[in-house]
Amino acid sequence: MRRGRALPYLLLLPGLLWLVLFFLAPAVQLAATSLYDPAGSLTTGYAMTWSFGNYPDAVAAYGAQLGRSFGYAGLATLAALLLGYPLAYVIALRAGRWQNLLLVCVVAPMFTSFLVRTLAWKTVLSDSGAVVGLLRDLHLLAPDGRLLATPVAVVTSLTYCYLPFMVLPLYASLQRLDPRLLDAAGDLFARPGQVFRRVTLPLSMPGVVAGTLLTFIPATGDYVSAELLGTPNEYMVGNVIDAAFLVRLDYPQGAALSVLLMAAILVLVVGWLRRSGPTELG
Amino acid sequence: MATEEPFHGPGPGEPAGALRLVDLTMRYGDVTAVDRLDLTVPAGSFFALLGPSGCGKTSTLRMVAGLAEPTGGRILLDDEDITRLRPYRRPVNTVFQNYALFPHLDVFENVAFGLRRRRQPDVAGQVRRMLSLVALDGYERQRPSQLSGGQQQRVALARALVNRPRVLLLDEPLGALDLALRRRMQLELKRLRAEVGGTFVHVTHDQEEAMTLADTVAVMNAGRIEQLGTPAELYEFPATAFVATFLGRSNLLAGRVYGRDGDDLLVQAYGRRFSVPSARARADSGEVLLGVRPEKVRLVDTPEQVPAGHQWLDGTVGEVGYLGVSTEYSVRTGAGVELSVFAAADGEAPRIPPGTPVVAHWHPRHAFLLHGGSTFRDAGTAAPPPVPPPPVPLSAGPE
Ligand SMILES: Nc1ncnc2c1ncn2[C@@H]1O[C@H](COP(=O)(O)OP(=O)(O)O)[C@@H](O)[C@H]1O
Ligand SMILES: [Mg+2]
Repeated sequence: MRRGRALPYLLLLPGLLWLVLFFLAPAVQLAATSLYDPAGSLTTGYAMTWSFGNYPDAVAAYGAQLGRSFGYAGLATLAALLLGYPLAYVIALRAGRWQNLLLVCVVAPMFTSFLVRTLAWKTVLSDSGAVVGLLRDLHLLAPDGRLLATPVAVVTSLTYCYLPFMVLPLYASLQRLDPRLLDAAGDLFARPGQVFRRVTLPLSMPGVVAGTLLTFIPATGDYVSAELLGTPNEYMVGNVIDAAFLVRLDYPQGAALSVLLMAAILVLVVGWLRRSGPTELG
Repeated sequence: MATEEPFHGPGPGEPAGALRLVDLTMRYGDVTAVDRLDLTVPAGSFFALLGPSGCGKTSTLRMVAGLAEPTGGRILLDDEDITRLRPYRRPVNTVFQNYALFPHLDVFENVAFGLRRRRQPDVAGQVRRMLSLVALDGYERQRPSQLSGGQQQRVALARALVNRPRVLLLDEPLGALDLALRRRMQLELKRLRAEVGGTFVHVTHDQEEAMTLADTVAVMNAGRIEQLGTPAELYEFPATAFVATFLGRSNLLAGRVYGRDGDDLLVQAYGRRFSVPSARARADSGEVLLGVRPEKVRLVDTPEQVPAGHQWLDGTVGEVGYLGVSTEYSVRTGAGVELSVFAAADGEAPRIPPGTPVVAHWHPRHAFLLHGGSTFRDAGTAAPPPVPPPPVPLSAGPE
């Protein structure tokens, strides 16, 4: 009896240990580091001086990158939603026996490395590439206009990288949608657009919420896209944190920016879930 | 005006919802679900489409609602061709099999859905009145998942009826309910129909439900209408072996018409001779099925006790089934055919034990004659084994 009751906790244990070891401990360490004396260095060592001033200093220096992260991630999330929703809709409701094949196609890019894919974008968007050539010919781009090293390139890459994370949850919730509800809406005088707005979209909100979170959160912390496809003018907070830890070796500042990023994401996510989560997920 | 007299169906002068299906066909790949169906549903009738599962009832309703495009044929509503009309333009609403209520909307919004799409005035008032008509006042803010099966059923009804459709389509609306609730909802449906009016097309595989509710019943089988008429007409004088066995039970004796005697057709079956009034015959020559309902057959001890003018077969009682209101005897006749006999449990006659020799008899006017041959095979398990009659009559019938 006692063993039976203890079992669930025993099963929890490995997971809890894992979290404490690899998430909680580093997070506490990171928070502590963000409050170290900024005058210290790796060679001289850091002193814990509760320097809350690290935060305003970091924002003053890299507020632009922080803002850009959220801006780019927001744009990429929106683009992924606009591209991913019709895709998920067709796969879930119209694809019939092609359903599984199309799903594999959505996931297939993830079989190759993130880095390789981003480098491939570099080739696709290069000044001498076909895309730029075509856009120039169509006068959608100035004769000397370029895509590489612009915000467009970075946002495109972010969108592309996280699209599967948008499509899969959308697909899951659309697939569960009872097609008879769509019939019922049509029978009750809803035109196709109204069927979508009044029935399909509200019932797929769990997928929309999950998809936007799974896209937005990693996109905010991304630094590979800006690094490979942008210039310092497109750098996001990830690039700054990367540099703070690995180039400038300014650990307190890197840690302060990391904590800020986490806190900001947390606030945004909670706000988004409050707005659209409970009514549809509950 | 809609707010003054909300639930009257079409008013005077308005078309009243006469539905005509002409040559309607639905094929899925090489499955023909609905096969050149011709059907007229009079305006204002309570019409039942009765048939076994898979005979094409849902497919027919979906075409009328505009949710499925017919492979061929036409649909006319009050003489207007609506075959190609989009579903949201048809003055027709559906109560779906398993209801299909919107899970993300509460009861009020479910019922208001159609009114809002058509921008009707006084949505709140109309919804409230409709909900009180189906005895769901106070449930406005509940979600469908919080309701019982019977309540969900009534929401589905209200959601369709509030739009005052010219034709209300009901796809096995009571199929998911337990027996007691089903009986209650049948009465409820009748009452609602009296208050709301309009044409109701009620699809069901339950013959008792169809006969209780409808003023006209169409029996459907394998994508076609076998017979159409009032419940009494269908029961008293079925047109095919399928109808005779699907709507109630029938004893069907395979035989052959060998002559005519005034207004009677003479039939030879299992070596016996029988007669059937020609007014009760669907066939007057060749292979036939002589039918008689089990409750029209009586049992006596000896041929001498058979009343004058009755026809009989002798045999022994096989299984005896107690049904409460009646007792069912299975009589194995000397001629080799099994007869089913219902004896009313009126407390008068004693139960006959198995093995007792008996004589089963009936009056010719209770018999009916159907085409034999191919329809016979469609009748399925309820039909007797196809024993060919011996060429020469061995013993004469009672006449
Ligand atoms: N969407 C469909 N695709 C293929 N076959 C179908 C489809 N819908 C129905 N059928 C077939 O058509 C026949 C009639 O189905 P249905 O109209 O649902 O019958 P009922 O409602 O009388 O049970 C059945 O054999 C069924 O398998
Ligand atoms: Mg059906």
